[in-house]
This record gives sequence, structure tokens and C-alpha cells, in this order.
Amino acid sequence: MTSAIIREITGRGIPLPGDDMDTDRIIPGRFLRCVTFEGLEAHVFADDRQQNPDHPFNQERYRGASLLIVGRNFGCGSSREHAPQALMRWGIRGIIGESFAEIFFANCTAIGVPCVTVSAEDARWLREVVAAHPEMELRLDLETMTVHAGDRRLAAHMPEGARRQFLEGTWNSTFVLLEAGEAIERTAAQLPYVTGF
Amino acid sequence: MAETLLDKVWRLHTVRELPSGQTQLFIGLHLIHEVTSPQAFLMLRELGLKVRFPNRTFATIDHIVPTDSQARPFADWLAEQMTVALVKNCQDFGITLFDLGSGRQGIVHVIGPELGLTQPGMTIACGDSHTSTHGAFGALAFGIGTSQVRDVLATQCLAMSKPKLRRILVEGTLPRGVYAKDVILAIIRRLGVKGGVGYAYEYAGSTIAAMTMEERMTLCNMTIEGGARIGYVNPDRTTFEYLRGRPFAPQGEAFERAVRWWQQIASDPGATYDDEVRFDAATLQPMVTWGITPGQSVGVTEPIPEPEEVPETERAAYWEALDFMSFRPGQRLIGTPIDVAFIGSCTNARLSDLRAAAEVVRGRKVARGVRALVVPGSEAVARAAEAEGLHEIFQDAGFEWRKPGCSMCLGMNPDRLRGREICASSSNRNFKGRQGSPTGRTLLMSPAMVAAAAIAGHVVDVREVLG
Repeated sequence: MTSAIIREITGRGIPLPGDDMDTDRIIPGRFLRCVTFEGLEAHVFADDRQQNPDHPFNQERYRGASLLIVGRNFGCGSSREHAPQALMRWGIRGIIGESFAEIFFANCTAIGVPCVTVSAEDARWLREVVAAHPEMELRLDLETMTVHAGDRRLAAHMPEGARRQFLEGTWNSTFVLLEAGEAIERTAAQLPYVTGF
Repeated sequence: MAETLLDKVWRLHTVRELPSGQTQLFIGLHLIHEVTSPQAFLMLRELGLKVRFPNRTFATIDHIVPTDSQARPFADWLAEQMTVALVKNCQDFGITLFDLGSGRQGIVHVIGPELGLTQPGMTIACGDSHTSTHGAFGALAFGIGTSQVRDVLATQCLAMSKPKLRRILVEGTLPRGVYAKDVILAIIRRLGVKGGVGYAYEYAGSTIAAMTMEERMTLCNMTIEGGARIGYVNPDRTTFEYLRGRPFAPQGEAFERAVRWWQQIASDPGATYDDEVRFDAATLQPMVTWGITPGQSVGVTEPIPEPEEVPETERAAYWEALDFMSFRPGQRLIGTPIDVAFIGSCTNARLSDLRAAAEVVRGRKVARGVRALVVPGSEAVARAAEAEGLHEIFQDAGFEWRKPGCSMCLGMNPDRLRGREICASSSNRNFKGRQGSPTGRTLLMSPAMVAAAAIAGHVVDVREVLG
């Protein structure tokens, strides 16, 4: 199970207003009653969309977008991987925002969806420009850590460990971790609580 | 060189440094439940892999269980399907399951500690963000997603980056009517819901030292609501005495050897921290949330902030919250009518929480029109509470006494708010739609405050009820 190398993501954007967007809002709890992730895309932002007909995920002009543009502390709250799974299955390939909650970031990384941060000013500008020009093609380049939007290039950031997982194709960790082999058992054998004190 | 508990536990569990620069970290205890594990087992089966250390993973059923009748099959066939999947996965892979009616079932973050599975110096992972709870014992405990559950099942390891460490010092004596829940809500209010991103929190100071293990669990539980994935308290005599004699704790001489090791893994005096903040316990009062994040709270006698008191970067979230809650700037929450009172959740459904609520409820009646329920955190908590007669105190007052589970904290089972109901809740999240109704409203507070609100029919200052 090697995972694909991800160097860049190209596609149209979808801007999502609001800060502190928690994972209950991305996928409300009642949709977690399932044993697979299949079909979750139908319920992404279900309650917000129901309450707001103009919600970006209701707008036809953003259909087919692959880069989600968000604000601050996106994905806070519950650790449910159902949230990034719902976004990915809807078509999101990467997320650009002011900041991300840690567990959400790790979950996105684990399924091959890079989350990068840009300055608050750039996040705001990007949301505005995508809202005005939904047809604009964006490019997220993980090698140069740049977001290309029209003539502009925005500096993007991501912890180096995660960035290398995408560039090396090791974001799906299981096989990388298995490569440690017997070193796992050796570490365990040195822990007093494993050996019964 | 003086080291912190984070330094020591991280070092002891490091299998190797990964090419990415991250650490391959051994996970000492893995807890699973029915919501975030079925897809992980599916991936494991597809890869043809086994569970690497089946005796280091333990399972229970908590999120989707109904709390009225727990007779199988459940009326909700989706919940039934998830339960069947968990039972089968545990059987197929040799994992111990604390099933309904086993006497050991309950909310995963309640049973881990009460069974003595949770111990100092461990790394603990679970597909649930409130895994930070277990940090109360001086463990590094954190929530993970389903792909990482797969990683732990397959390798007993995770690829992680070591966080920075912030020490949060709380000094002094908590006033009567002010609880661990109020301490953590006050911490989150000051540091913000994303203030802890990139950090682990070490809670210390005389207030924390005086706390019981159950109080420390409440404190560490909501660490994630402040953005930090890990929050811990250094293990001490209180920790050791709690663990003594628990079913999965070391027994006899092994226990004494364990205590010596546990003492060694606590942070050394003179260890350095990346940041430090201080709180004065004597100035704290009962807290209530007014918004849609756990950081949007006030002391019960304080008004909701005016817009100009809110930093400009927080203002959009402020108006969104007031709009959703139908509150006004400057409004005081005392007197706010409630429709539902919920005492439960991994934050506040342990025996001491039920005792604190029962102290308020004893001899009183739930206000007309208020739906009130108590959901014990585990079968063991329910047994202990019933042995003390707490269930009768609640039932006599008009509370429903339910069976253990996560219940109305997240509304995955039939326990949900309806429409725009307002719920006084001892749970951990006031997010939009969290309690099962897309427009339902949550006021987070301590169990005693919930009990007082249930009796009055509106938000009150529990200190006045307690006298």
C-alpha cells in the first residue's frame, strides 16, 4: 500500500465563509450511523445547507471545485474522519485556509488531502476572488509551497513532516510504520507496563 | 537535564525517526468504539493484515446505544448494524469487548480509567477527540481519525510530530459551587478555541494538585476544545490511590514497582516549557456558554460581551453565535428559560458529578415543561450511584434515570433536542446542531448548574441554591 505522490493540485475553488467551522457542521452526527464512508458526500454541511439556500455547497457554479478555501480553525471539534471523507468524496482534493484544527489536519493528511495555510489577508482575498470568478483555475504547488491564483502567487505553509509525506507518497502511514519491523516489539519490551513491571 | 513528562514518555515510546521527520510512536493503549472503527477494520481486511497487539486494544459500545431500552436488536437498524460490526470485528481479531450488560460497558473515556486500563506514562489513542481525558493520569492521550485507527491496529504505532508544551498553572482554592468544569471553561475562554493548536497542555498548581481524579478527568477532557490534542496532569499520590486495586492495574508487589516508575515519569522540577499561563482559582465563578463554541462563555453573573469588547477577528463568529442562539449583546444568562436538562457525557457523568447534581436536586422537583435526564457514564457508575440511592433522588424530582452511553452529548442515538429547544448540558460541545437538532441550542455548564437550572426552569447561579 504505497500512496500516490502529490506534488500539486489544480482546479477550481469553492469559498466557505466563517471561522471555527467544526466537524459536526461538516457532517452532522446522525450521518455517522454507518459502517463505511460511502455516500457521505451527499450529506456534507447538511444542516448549514438546509438553513442557508445560498450555502456554497448548494451553488451550481461551484460544482466540480477541487480546492476548498476556508477561514480560521477549520475542522475543530470531533475527530470524525467522516468529515474529510465527506469533503473528499464530494470532490475536494486540497484545502487552503487561515488555520486548521490538528486532528482534522492529520485526518486529511492520512487520506491524501493536503491542508495548507495562508495569511488571514490572503485567505480573505482568495475567498473573495473565487466568489467573483468561480471559473478561475487555482494551483496549489506543494514543492514551492505556493498558491497560484490568476496573476498572484500566495505563500502557503504546512508542517514539513506532512509536506514530505505528500511529496514522497508516504501519507498513507500503515506501510511506512510496518517497515520498522521488530523494532516495534523491541520498543514495547522496554516499557514496564507492557512487561508487567 | 530536567525533562518534562512529555519529553520522557515521548522518548520511551519512540520506535524510530521517520524519513518525513516525524516520530514513529508506540501506542501503549488503544481504545475503540463502534463509530470510528468499522472502516478501519474494513481497510485492515482489504490489506490482509492482522491486529499487531490485540491485547493492547479494548473496545466498548457507547455512541449509538439507546439509553432507555438496550434490548437487542436496537430499534435503529443502523445502530444495530454498527454494533454487530464491532462485535464481529472484536471476535475476528481477538480484541476484548466490554459489551452491554457485561458490567463494564460505558463511555470509553469513563471505563478506561475506572477499569485501571489507563495508567501513567502510557501513550493512549482512540478514535475520539475526548481521548485527552486520560491525560488526567499522566499519560499522553489523544484523539485520532479512522485511518490512524487502522495504523494502530496494524502496527500499534502512529506517525506523529512532537507538540510544544504549555504549562497551565491554577493556584488557590475553588469557591463553593465552582467545579473543574468551570476551570476548563475559563481556561478555554482566555486562551481561545484554537489557542492550543500545536501544543500539549500540562496542568499544574495547587488547585490541580487538590483535585480528585474525576475532577482532573473533566479538566483534561475538554483540552481539545481549546485546540490542544493532549492535556495531562503529572501523576501523584491521588493518581496512585485511584488506581490501586482496579481490575487492569498492576496488583500486589507489581503495583509498588509501578508506583516507583510512575513517580519517575512526572515532569522534573526545573524542566522548561515553551509557554506558561496562570489562573487564580479564587476569582473563578460558575461558567455558562452563550455561543456556538466552548470558548464563548461567561461567568454566570456576567453579561454577554458587547461587540466592542470582542477582538475584531472574533466578531463575525460573535454575531453568528448570537444570531443562532437568539441572545443579545450585554444580556445576562441568569433567567434564560430552558427546555431540556442533560446530565451526562465523558466530561461529567462520573459518580462525583452525579453526587454534585443530586445534592442540588434532593427534595426538589424539576420545573414544569422541562425534560430532564441523567445518563450515567458507565454501568459501574450506574451501579455505584444506585447503591447510594442517587437514582431515586433524581427520579423523585422528575429526572429520567437512563442507561449508560454518550446520549444527548452528540445526539447519535434517539436522545436528541427537538427544534429550537435550549438545553442546559453538562457535556462538552455547544456547536450548532451538536445535540441532534439542527437548530437546537446548548448551554454548557457544570452538572450542579444543570441540576439547578432543571429545578428552576431557567439558568440560575448554583451558589445561591447551595447557600
